[in-house]
Amino acid sequence: MQYALIISETPEGFADRTNAQAGEYWGGWTAYSRAIVESGIFAGGAGLEPPETAARVVFDGASKTVQDGPYPDARERLGGFFLVEVDSLDDALAWAKRCPITKGGSVEVRPVLPTPPQAG
Amino acid sequence: MPKVDDIARRHYGRLLAWLAAGFRDVAAAEDALQDAFAAALRRWPSEGLPNHPEAWLLATAKRRLLDRLRQRKVSDAFADDLRHTLTEAEDAVTWTFPDDRLKLMFVCAHPEIEAALHAPLMLQTVLGLDSRRIADAFVVSPSAMSQRLVRVKAKIAAAALAFEIPEREALPRRLDSVLQAIYAAYTSAWTTTPDAQTRGLAGEAAYLTQLCVDLSPGEPEALGLLALIQFCDARAAARFAVDGAYIPMDEQDVTLWDRGLIAQAEATLDLASRNLTLGRYQLEAAIQSAHISARRRGVPPSAVLPLYRALVSLHPSLGAWTGYAAALVQAGEIQAAKQVLDDLGEDRMRLYQPWWAVMAEVATQLGDTASALRAYDMAEGLEDATAVKAWLRQRRSRLLQ
Repeated sequence: MQYALIISETPEGFADRTNAQAGEYWGGWTAYSRAIVESGIFAGGAGLEPPETAARVVFDGASKTVQDGPYPDARERLGGFFLVEVDSLDDALAWAKRCPITKGGSVEVRPVLPTPPQAG
Repeated sequence: MPKVDDIARRHYGRLLAWLAAGFRDVAAAEDALQDAFAAALRRWPSEGLPNHPEAWLLATAKRRLLDRLRQRKVSDAFADDLRHTLTEAEDAVTWTFPDDRLKLMFVCAHPEIEAALHAPLMLQTVLGLDSRRIADAFVVSPSAMSQRLVRVKAKIAAAALAFEIPEREALPRRLDSVLQAIYAAYTSAWTTTPDAQTRGLAGEAAYLTQLCVDLSPGEPEALGLLALIQFCDARAAARFAVDGAYIPMDEQDVTLWDRGLIAQAEATLDLASRNLTLGRYQLEAAIQSAHISARRRGVPPSAVLPLYRALVSLHPSLGAWTGYAAALVQAGEIQAAKQVLDDLGEDRMRLYQPWWAVMAEVATQLGDTASALRAYDMAEGLEDATAVKAWLRQRRSRLLQ
């Protein structure tokens, strides 16, 4: 089964990407990615630039407006995600627990939706 | 007045074990006992603490179970038998109920029950831990853990698994399942949690082991596991620095080790060895003892090797072999260590963090930097504990200087 590991980090976590802790930050994620790939479970994923680089389209009734990031609605922000092919939710959670997050955050584990039935 | 919580902690397992053994249904006994505790919470604060809280709880839970019996219309003989047994507890003044917790543990670790659920089930039934905390410790979703425990209790009732101490010949094997479950819970808590406050289930696992020893005195492997846990606990304060950094055994400050507990562990191990039946837990405890002597008294690290050889011949688990390789590294026998790791094989060990950690050290010492970098990455990527991850990264960075 495929699961998404949706990784959220705090502003302090994002700061570690470029400050004096950058070596450890990237070292941790490189090791983690390597373990995922070499274990043969990697099915996709990407790290994401910080939320300040984002823009989003908000759908509200008939109107569609464009906003620049970051958005004030949450302290934790999406930092990246993996798609992994594992046997069970337990296995996916075990991988989530290994994420090198050191400044707070979360890893949401969600099953990937199966392909919807073809219409007609 | 003592809190109901404290009484629950002290008596929960014994009360549940006794009710479940009589009723042969863990889930029904749990429900009845929870009702009894709820009634206690409601009534004791205003009515005062009964003289024998545990007898009060037992009598209250018993009434619930008898109600259930009536609804179920179970066979008369069984109901009479149960009524008779339960009556002994009614309005007890001096009567103390027997300790059936070992029977409960044997049921929890019954061969009919999936091995991965042995420890969670014991933690819930014997210690009364809630499924949320158990789920945390075993890295499983709380709803999944709770469902699994409900299902397995239904199975215990449906299959009418016997609540009994196994016959003499079967005892060591059945006890081994109990000890294995406790060992798994202890080691996972020990390896992943950084300090005394958040040691997770290590304390509970130690308590269960002590219980096994108390309830089956003289069983050498129960004593062996207890000694092993005591040796490990004795070093707990030295495993992490004040800032939370991980400190491996050969760099720990020996003065932080608990000498009293080490002496206790030695005595436990000595007691175990009197039975003259060697087993894996006694050997693992002896290995810990040798490691500790090596640090405290300058015994050469190679002294531990014969113990590891005995362990891998008696109990050739992947963990034992990997431990043997690590011991060979410490004794300076790098080529021999590499041979052990290569024989285990990367394919089989791909997800086993300790294998990679030892491989990283071996490759480093053999001057194979590329393999060492890769092995450190794998060891770090597969590790849970943040402090150990950081330590591995630091070791890795020394290769690049």
